[in-house]
Amino acid sequence: MPGRIQSIERAAAILRLLSGRARRLGVAELAGELELPKGTVHGILRTLQVVGYVEQDQESGKYQLGPALLHMGSSYLDGNELRKRALNWADSLATQSGESVRIGTLHENQVLIVHHVFRPDNTRQALEVGALMPAHATALGKALLARHSYVAAELAGRGRLVAYTPETVTDVYRLRQELEEVSRRGWASEVGELVPGRASIAAPVEDGRRLTVGAIGITGSIDRLCDDGRLHIELVEYVTGAARAVSRELGAIPW
Amino acid sequence: MSGRYVAAIDQGTASSRCFVFDERARIVSVAQQEHRQHFPRPGWVEHDPQEIWTNVQSVVEAALERVEVSAREVCALGIANQRETTVLWDRRSGAPVHNAITWQDVRTDRICREIARGYGEDRVRERTGLPVSTYFSGPKIRWLLDHIPGVRERAEAGEVLFGTIDSWLVWNLCRRHVTDVTNASRTLLMNLHTLDWDPELLAAMDVPAAMLPEIRASSEAYGEAAGPLAGVPVASALGDQHAALVGQTCFSPGEAKCTFGTGSFLLFNTGARPVASGHGLLTTLGYRLGTEAPAYALEGSIAITGALVQWFRDNLGLIGSAPEIETLARSVQDSGGCYFVPAFSGLFAPHWRSDARGVITGLTSYITKGHLARAVLEATAWQTRDVLEAVNSDDGHRLAELRVDGGMTANHLLMQFLADVLDVPVTRPIVAETVSLGAAYAAGLAVGFWPDLDSLKHNWRKAAEWLPNMDPRERERGHRKWKKAVARAVDWLDDDD
Ligand SMILES: Nc1ncnc2c1ncn2[C@@H]1O[C@H](COP(=O)(O)OP(=O)(O)O)[C@@H](O)[C@H]1O
Repeated sequence: MPGRIQSIERAAAILRLLSGRARRLGVAELAGELELPKGTVHGILRTLQVVGYVEQDQESGKYQLGPALLHMGSSYLDGNELRKRALNWADSLATQSGESVRIGTLHENQVLIVHHVFRPDNTRQALEVGALMPAHATALGKALLARHSYVAAELAGRGRLVAYTPETVTDVYRLRQELEEVSRRGWASEVGELVPGRASIAAPVEDGRRLTVGAIGITGSIDRLCDDGRLHIELVEYVTGAARAVSRELGAIPW
Repeated sequence: MSGRYVAAIDQGTASSRCFVFDERARIVSVAQQEHRQHFPRPGWVEHDPQEIWTNVQSVVEAALERVEVSAREVCALGIANQRETTVLWDRRSGAPVHNAITWQDVRTDRICREIARGYGEDRVRERTGLPVSTYFSGPKIRWLLDHIPGVRERAEAGEVLFGTIDSWLVWNLCRRHVTDVTNASRTLLMNLHTLDWDPELLAAMDVPAAMLPEIRASSEAYGEAAGPLAGVPVASALGDQHAALVGQTCFSPGEAKCTFGTGSFLLFNTGARPVASGHGLLTTLGYRLGTEAPAYALEGSIAITGALVQWFRDNLGLIGSAPEIETLARSVQDSGGCYFVPAFSGLFAPHWRSDARGVITGLTSYITKGHLARAVLEATAWQTRDVLEAVNSDDGHRLAELRVDGGMTANHLLMQFLADVLDVPVTRPIVAETVSLGAAYAAGLAVGFWPDLDSLKHNWRKAAEWLPNMDPRERERGHRKWKKAVARAVDWLDDDD
């Protein structure tokens, strides 16, 4: 095996640390975590900053993942391509669950709806493809935020989150806790947090590089999605199953 | 009747698939296998019928295994098939006498010209609803009779049999030599009014009656299957586009579906009587369910729709994948007055101008690749409008909504523009596999798995709907420009080209 390049390994370790948390880190914290001299870490950070992989927060002087990296990670997959590849799975999710299905991607801190399947009851519904939804008040958004901590950090950095209903999570700390939970269990939910009486469940979709490229989920009335305040577990399973199927379609290793 | 499922075979040009549906028309299982394409000479395209039969058996087996459904739980098997592709086989051994000649194969060009000149194009159209073209089976049979030594004699003696792919599969499944009206209507040999082989056409094409299958309804039990589905009634056969009409539950006159793939196929239900087209559409069978009166249809096919998107991707390289055309098209507001007529090999329905070639018109220094992407997508919508206008002038029924399926329906920009220029709502069903669903419906109806057409209509679920939202003046102006663009495409070829 050819020799490994130490500085690249260290840069990768820094990026991993910055992507693993929903907060910014300072040079001292990074140096501590990596057990490296501050000067070494600073040099690497400066280089990463030049190529746009990290950026420094003006006020705190701390570092976070940069726009170039975000772009590579989250928007490499064209939304129209994602829709095309997910079409059949989205249809069967709607059939199984009896609810409307949406697929979303992150777009400047919001969720862009790239696909929408009507609730299969032939009632009049309007297509929402192209609409932007608030990330912190939707299951799609939470599923995406849990995998894109830098975006979550940016949202949090703005202070209070907009309340759409009394149920909306507006407290940054609570949102962060919930995202950790989402990250752990692999799916997200929202009950009456965007529209009173409505709930949604979503799970992240990954590609062959295990990058999160979108999320798929169902939305419906709380009466149908919940029983005694708890989400129906088989609906959750349909959603996570569909997310896995789309991920497999995109080349992710089955898990 | 026993069994909780219906199985359907979709034997297509590229692959064979088997679907298992439950009572609510949900896909329970699917398996697929591709077969080889043989190109013995330029313009010739063949399939190996044995390979197709082997693949069909293995996809049926695989689809059942995947969900651990036994043959006993399947109450009927339906078939939808690539149309017009022609097989000749030996009655005793079951062995094909030659590869299947597919619908795309143009080797019968000379035979077709002879028939058109000798017997007469108009007389053929009157009896069959079709123009004399290399697509259809009759001339392919004639070619095989003329070119494979000894086959004509054996066919006259009833020792060599003809069938389209449905016939070939039913023969192998249950040793019956039958076909359904929709497949028979694509041979140039069936009389559209009697729904039987037309002796005059057989004579004109020099095809012996002894080799032809019995023409049956699209939905009735033809026999019991052998093999992985032993004992299951084989209960439907339909050409793929006709199956899609059934799968979309377009059962009333004035209802229509359009499948948007590489090319596009619009079928419009005209009810119990065939409507002759004064505008170059095909008159064909929609379907025939059991002993009920047949439903006729007008068909308009468009050669180049998705294929133009592929061309844009592969030949211009402006996009990396077909869906990316929507992203590019959305980078601008409109086509900037640019129109693209993809008459790559002439214009088909309703223009029928073989001297036309593709044009891009309205170019100015302002036009970007985004405008071109729009013009590419809009070409599909305008071509559909041309076909629908022809339908409207042939048939009195008015279209209330267009039901769509096929790969291009993933494109929202296109579907919205389609609704805008047709000025009718465009709807997509939740079961995108309308071809296999149609075959399953027809088979399920035949054995009483579904009681009636209403129960099927009830299963149809809208997955998306695009409503017209265009200023009528803008629509008419756009259409006027499109017609001007078409006028610039025709009369391009010269005698010495
Ligand atoms: N999102 C899209 N936008 C435009 N065209 C598309 C899109 N996705 C697929 N297509 C086109 O649709 C065609 C494939 O559709 P499909 O129904 O699978 O084809 P077929 O069955 O005719 O082979 C291709 O020609 C492709 O260019």
